[in-house]
Amino acid sequence: MINFLNQHGSELIIKTWEQIYISALALFLGILVAVPLGIILTRYEKTAKYVMSISSMLQTIPSLALLTLMIPIFGIGKLPSIVALFIYSLLPILRNTYIGMNKVNKNLIDAAKGLGMTTAQSIFKVEIPMAMPIIMAGVRLSAVYVISWSTLASYIGAGGLGDFIFNGLNLYNPALIIGGTIPVSILAILTDYLLGKFEKKVTPVTKSGVKK
Amino acid sequence: MSTAKEIVSFRNVAKKYRGGSVGVENINVTIKEGEFVCFIGTSGSGKTTTMRMINRMIDPSKGKITFKGHNIRHYDPVRLRRTIGYVIQNNGLMPHMTIQENITLVPKLLKWPQEKMDKKAHELIKLADLPESYLDRYPAELSGGQQQRIGVVRALAADQDLILMDEPFGALDPITRDDLQELIKHLQEELGKTIVFVTHDMDEALKLATHIVIMDSGHVIQDDTPDNILQHPANDFVKDLLGEERLLQAQQNTLSVSDIMSTNPAKITLGKSLAEAIRTMSLRHVDYLLVTDDDNKLKGYIDLETINERYSKDASVSDIYNCTRMKFRKDSYLRDTSEKILKQGYKYVPIVDKDNYLIGTVTRASLVNIIYDAIWGKEELDNPDEIKLPASIAKGSDKS
Repeated sequence: MINFLNQHGSELIIKTWEQIYISALALFLGILVAVPLGIILTRYEKTAKYVMSISSMLQTIPSLALLTLMIPIFGIGKLPSIVALFIYSLLPILRNTYIGMNKVNKNLIDAAKGLGMTTAQSIFKVEIPMAMPIIMAGVRLSAVYVISWSTLASYIGAGGLGDFIFNGLNLYNPALIIGGTIPVSILAILTDYLLGKFEKKVTPVTKSGVKK
Repeated sequence: MSTAKEIVSFRNVAKKYRGGSVGVENINVTIKEGEFVCFIGTSGSGKTTTMRMINRMIDPSKGKITFKGHNIRHYDPVRLRRTIGYVIQNNGLMPHMTIQENITLVPKLLKWPQEKMDKKAHELIKLADLPESYLDRYPAELSGGQQQRIGVVRALAADQDLILMDEPFGALDPITRDDLQELIKHLQEELGKTIVFVTHDMDEALKLATHIVIMDSGHVIQDDTPDNILQHPANDFVKDLLGEERLLQAQQNTLSVSDIMSTNPAKITLGKSLAEAIRTMSLRHVDYLLVTDDDNKLKGYIDLETINERYSKDASVSDIYNCTRMKFRKDSYLRDTSEKILKQGYKYVPIVDKDNYLIGTVTRASLVNIIYDAIWGKEELDNPDEIKLPASIAKGSDKS
């Protein structure tokens, strides 16, 4: 272990950073697109069905295939991996946002409108806060997916902890495989934990005496 | 209140939904300031649709709705809604906002200063009859009835004069509902708010409303005061909605004595001899006779006891008759007369028209029958003799 760290320590830090960079960017783009899209879709029921099935279809493409499919368009490196992972992150966030927004008590939306909230006020002050736990569940799910799949991104030259794993596989070096896998797992668990904390923070309080 | 200004009016309003299904049609209703208007009907009758058109939650496909004299189409819907209170069935309180935030939701949208909102919140929680400490709680920590109290006072936070309520107490238990009904009746009677209330509960409508609009399959069937609706149900639908029991009870209140009187009273004219009087009594199986002059004007009565005491062969009715103790005009209401008759122990009371002509009698027995009907309903009476009376009641209501 110490031997491994001596040998690959600095490389490990760089690769972990690459991993975080790729997955965070993909996830961030995913949230940026999927959350507003999910909200808009609740206003267009018919379109929603098509968008949902298209995004489910994208999800069925094997991850390795999707990554390699990006090469003709974006070449190799970080960009195609980020795009591919972004596509993967879309569905859970989109679906949860859509379901979460749709599940908001219709009475509340009616009350918000009837009391004189504009559509935007209703969305931001009532619907999103109410849908937050479900939206966040989608974000957490996506985050874990994206982090673990971003190891495959090293296959198209994006770097990251996948480099250790693929090298280990090619060189029959279990230490390298384990040395790449463990940080990925830790990263995924840690992210999920931090997002869980964040979820609690953004979930609206409905009982007094509960501290944020 | 009859001189009050109109606050909302519907002129030939119709709503057709996409696909051609008709929501409501040909609605013409005028709501005056300070009224308590109940829209009542079965589900799908269009009552909620009609109410929701007032604050533009639904826009009519045809016709004109005015609010305070202006066509509501000329108002910005968001601003219009902020000036009209709105209460819905499941209170619609925001679970993620404290009671205070919920109450001051509309003032906040209107950007009131914080102190003014605080003052309003304290004022309204008092109106809702809840402790001020509740202002910091969340809706989930209140009981259903308390939540709806907040829901009701929230509709007043920006000093709205018109409040729309969509079956607000449908989900509450009867006792809580009574409390809340009193609260909103207070708002209408003492704070002068105009309330438009949608319900399917006739008891609630009759209890609260000063003006009832009965709707069925998108049409207004009857639009009148509760009393007039009870007295003159427009058709069988309204009668069904009111229910037999309420109609009977209402009839007790609104029947006039002439509706139940017997038009063939045992009577005798002044000039007849006492012997003849006794013969008439025995023929009619009664122990009294009403005394009239030759023109059939009521003079008084004689009874067997008096004849017994003062009998002499030469005496005529005019010598010994008593002056009438009590008589009723034929158009006086039963509700005003029945108690006098029953409590004071009269067996019968003569009924006269406006010129004091005798036209009938009301007997204690006939009154008692009506009260039985009102309290226990017709089914309980299996004695055919007693069923005759409700028939006469039905005849009476047709006449009126």
